[in-house]
Amino acid sequence: MSKQKGWKELPIAGVCWKPATDYPTGDWRTFKPVRDPEKCTKCLLCPLICPDSSIKWNKTTEDIEFDYDFCKGCGICANECPANAIEMVREEG
Amino acid sequence: MATVQQKVLALNGDEAIALAAKQSDVDVVAAYPITPQTIIVEKFSEYVADGEVDTEFVCTESEHSALSACLAASATGARTFTASASAGLALMHEILYVTSGCRVPVVMAIANRALSAPINIHCDHSDSMVERDCGWIQLYVENSQEAYDSIIQAFRIAEHPDLLLPVMVCLDAFFLSHTLENVAVLPDEVVRKFVGNRQIPLVTGHEGKKAPFKLDPDNPLTMGPLDLYDYYFEHKRQQEEAIRRSPQIIRQIHDEYTKLTGRKYGNGLVDTYRLEDAEIAAVCVGSAAGTTKTVVDELRAEGVKAGLLRLRSFRPLPVADIRKALENVKAVAVMDRSNSFGGHGGAVFHEVRHSLYDAKSHPHVVNYIYGLGGRDMPQSIIRDIYGDLQEILRTKQVKEYVQFAGVRE
Repeated sequence: MSKQKGWKELPIAGVCWKPATDYPTGDWRTFKPVRDPEKCTKCLLCPLICPDSSIKWNKTTEDIEFDYDFCKGCGICANECPANAIEMVREEG
Repeated sequence: MATVQQKVLALNGDEAIALAAKQSDVDVVAAYPITPQTIIVEKFSEYVADGEVDTEFVCTESEHSALSACLAASATGARTFTASASAGLALMHEILYVTSGCRVPVVMAIANRALSAPINIHCDHSDSMVERDCGWIQLYVENSQEAYDSIIQAFRIAEHPDLLLPVMVCLDAFFLSHTLENVAVLPDEVVRKFVGNRQIPLVTGHEGKKAPFKLDPDNPLTMGPLDLYDYYFEHKRQQEEAIRRSPQIIRQIHDEYTKLTGRKYGNGLVDTYRLEDAEIAAVCVGSAAGTTKTVVDELRAEGVKAGLLRLRSFRPLPVADIRKALENVKAVAVMDRSNSFGGHGGAVFHEVRHSLYDAKSHPHVVNYIYGLGGRDMPQSIIRDIYGDLQEILRTKQVKEYVQFAGVRE
């Protein structure tokens, strides 16, 4: 993170002066969702149900992508996947 | 001195405040309508029902919700007003801090009433004194005329772009809120011009660009979000800085209003009465000042050099004005209409005595807790207090620092 601002520089009332996307929250994660492309049917249920909008459909590659900067590892995708294609794997370190 | 033609109406304090809010062109009033609420919002709701104002009136299910609605409305840029008292204000406690922390300029009238138990809705200052740390400006008025005048000034103070601080205007319940008084009122258009439109300053938003400081879908902003140990302290420091800027602005708006109406309340922060050469003085807030002035006049006629200092502004605390006003006084009686149980006196005593600690002169400062739960404060008791001060002056000794005036033994 950049140098922290002092009270004279900050906007008042806690107004956010940076977008929330400047704060990656993926490091809160204990378990990481890992997809098995062999099993995945690309039904696109997981992008819909992800509470953090961290599973996206990439139009170019025509495939599913996980955004690990913001995925907190809640495991809902793994639990709901009809093809059992997502496994929660413990983060290293 | 007066430059504007004014009409004198017979109004109680509540009606005077409702009229001032009406004339100040308020956009939103959200309030809880049942006891300990007073006639202020009842009267205002009549203006709404009769189509005399285009204010959005929100009747909420509790005072907690009332102030939450005001906070949200004010955050969108609306001029917002509410009123409460006693247990109602206590229920707002959490949101008082949210309002000042979000820097939204809500104006609220407080008809000062006791807190339960035992149940009592009559006048004392327990309800607002306990909220003195919540980041609101607190003005205490002496009479209904001042209540009317202060509400009009309060919108200017609260919405001043250098402050953006909510303001409480506190008036003594029943003694002022329910008692008819002659109140000189300004024409609607004069008040509207004096208060003007709410100015919205710019603030840096989440895209790093300047945006108007209000909730607006076209320029999205987040106010008052999660703010941990890395930034919360800085935001609280900003609030302190804002309220430190306020004395000058309160005075300036008060002086501007004086030019318009001919009415003044001391310098807008403190009101002194016959203090110039006083040897003994009382200090108080609220309507007791009126009775005390009568006693001061009587004592002066008897050759006693007595005076009075009334704090109009309690937050910000006008420290320099208190020191200056009392610099030649030898014995001071601070009168508190609320108690801080186990705290060596009431809130006004704490603050006045503390202010004088670093003053050049050190008068004897004693405290009288009086008038709890609406107990009358007659001239006889105030005379006794000045009598005690004369005794202190004579013996140069204080027998008891904190006493209870008007309680049966």
